[in-house]
Amino acid sequence: MSSTLNPSSTVGAKRWLIAGIALAVVVSMFSAQFNRYHLGIIIDIGINIILAVSLNLINGHTGQFSLGHAGFMAVGGYTAAKISLVASPLLPPALQPVIFLFALLAGGGLAALTGLGVGVPSLRLRGDYLAIVTLGFGEIIRVIVQNMESVGAASGLKGIPKFTTLGWTFSLAAVTIYFVTALVNSTYGRGFIAVSDDEVAASSMGINPVRYKVTAFVTGAFFAGIAGGLYAHHKQFLSPTGFDFLKSIDIVVMVILGGMGRTAGVVVAAIVLTLLPEVLRQFSEYRMIIYSLLIIVLMMARPQGLFTWNRKKGGAA
Amino acid sequence: MDWLLQQLINGLALGSIYALIALGYTMVYGVLRFINFAHADVLMLGAYAAYFLAPAVGGIFPLPSFTGTLIILLLSAMICAGIGILIEILAYRPLRHRPRLTVLITAIGVSLLIEFTCQHKAVFGADTKPFPQLLPEHDFNLGGLVISSNDLVVVVTTLLLLGIMWFIVQRTKMGTAMRAVSFNQQAAALMGININRIISFTFGLGSALAAVAGILYAMKAPGIDPLMGVQPGLRAFIAAVLGGIGSLPGAALGGLLLGLLETFAGGISGLSNYRDGIAFAILILILLFKPAGLLGKATIEKV
Repeated sequence: MSSTLNPSSTVGAKRWLIAGIALAVVVSMFSAQFNRYHLGIIIDIGINIILAVSLNLINGHTGQFSLGHAGFMAVGGYTAAKISLVASPLLPPALQPVIFLFALLAGGGLAALTGLGVGVPSLRLRGDYLAIVTLGFGEIIRVIVQNMESVGAASGLKGIPKFTTLGWTFSLAAVTIYFVTALVNSTYGRGFIAVSDDEVAASSMGINPVRYKVTAFVTGAFFAGIAGGLYAHHKQFLSPTGFDFLKSIDIVVMVILGGMGRTAGVVVAAIVLTLLPEVLRQFSEYRMIIYSLLIIVLMMARPQGLFTWNRKKGGAA
Repeated sequence: MDWLLQQLINGLALGSIYALIALGYTMVYGVLRFINFAHADVLMLGAYAAYFLAPAVGGIFPLPSFTGTLIILLLSAMICAGIGILIEILAYRPLRHRPRLTVLITAIGVSLLIEFTCQHKAVFGADTKPFPQLLPEHDFNLGGLVISSNDLVVVVTTLLLLGIMWFIVQRTKMGTAMRAVSFNQQAAALMGININRIISFTFGLGSALAAVAGILYAMKAPGIDPLMGVQPGLRAFIAAVLGGIGSLPGAALGGLLLGLLETFAGGISGLSNYRDGIAFAILILILLFKPAGLLGKATIEKV
């Protein structure tokens, strides 16, 4: 069934996926050539692409509003970090990629499970509740982590092995883009857009809005968890304050700027908004003021986002 | 027993402040059906208004005194009412007929804008400022109980304001119009009610309450900073949902309940570390089992 609908874009997406992974692996071989600072920023870009594209599934395609992406990132990051901290001294170094993959998947899985717990009560209701619940969820995660001695409590989790490479990050970014694009363009995925356009109309067409909203939310949370795992093994240090509300806002701004529901625009926004603070370091005190003004002005003048030029009807990503 | 009573008093004082803030959320939700995220920041602005007014007013009515405090409360409430009305006109009114998500995102944007502008060193600065003493303070000892005069003032002010609010909403022409707009905006407009005026009035009233709540909160807190509104704001929103959003008695009840629950949990040693999480646990429980809230009416979305 799924291939009958919009086959060209799914095939195109698959081609992009393979190209993306190949490029990531090839570039990764030369990563020793880069200076450490630049390499770090490039990996940041990749992680932010995963975060923004996955949040776009929730806030863009499905028309919900989550403010808790950093919370899911924290769940994934802490889980993955703990697993590799425990497992990597026990197993031979040759198995490191296996440990890392397992740690990432476990982090993503736990984040998805948490997403289910948060999503089911709040997504049965109208949009505003999700915003508040996810906002509070980030707070709960912080409180829990601060009281957990096994993950370093308030002083943070140190000495996480540096597993994250350029290849890992961008391969996973390509997988995220592919997965979200293919999902939204599938027959099943049309339901997300239907729910976003009009919940009542969608449910009268036999679509269960709650189910679609929860699916989008859990999928988004999974990828946020993966991004958290990458982040943990990139920075090698996690602290509960690193995943606060402002981190979520950063990701939200990427989605709004890129255009809610426009994957390509969101990727561009993720790249631009990761580079911009690095370039404009001397204006860093104005960063959040500009972000918030940007949100307001965009909502009034250009709700479709800044990096979206041709708005096709029908919601193809 | 003493411990229980002591926590009860502390909880009532905290809950009263939550109730005052929750009233603002619930009133705006009633007429516009959206969460005014900037409400928590109006509360902060109220506390700052008092902070800057205190020396000026203190010059005429030496502080700490009741007259001086009353004048500061009134002036701050008026300033914040103006700010609230301005926010609505500038940010929300142009989006009145846009999708709900657009308005919600704008509200978050407005909230962030106020917070970060105020944190900038050219405005208030991000540091905590000591709040001036407005009222003479005295601790009353009743047996083993300690009741601070501030707690009494908080509870009495809240009760008074709740009474005034009830009177405005139920007994005045403006209040009747507010209820009409909240019931059905289109029908209210057809009956000759000036919708924009009612919405401005609602924002003004809610923001004035937020200003008073902000000052009361600051009197109990160690100091004020530009993010001081975020935590009580979130709690108050949860209180509004707990009581049933859109319902004024619900907001009051929700605020008091939440204040009591948090205080009692804070007093139990195993739970006190998790005190910040309790409000959200309550929110999730209420959304699961009684999404309309304790005193709210379940509504069906009509097409």
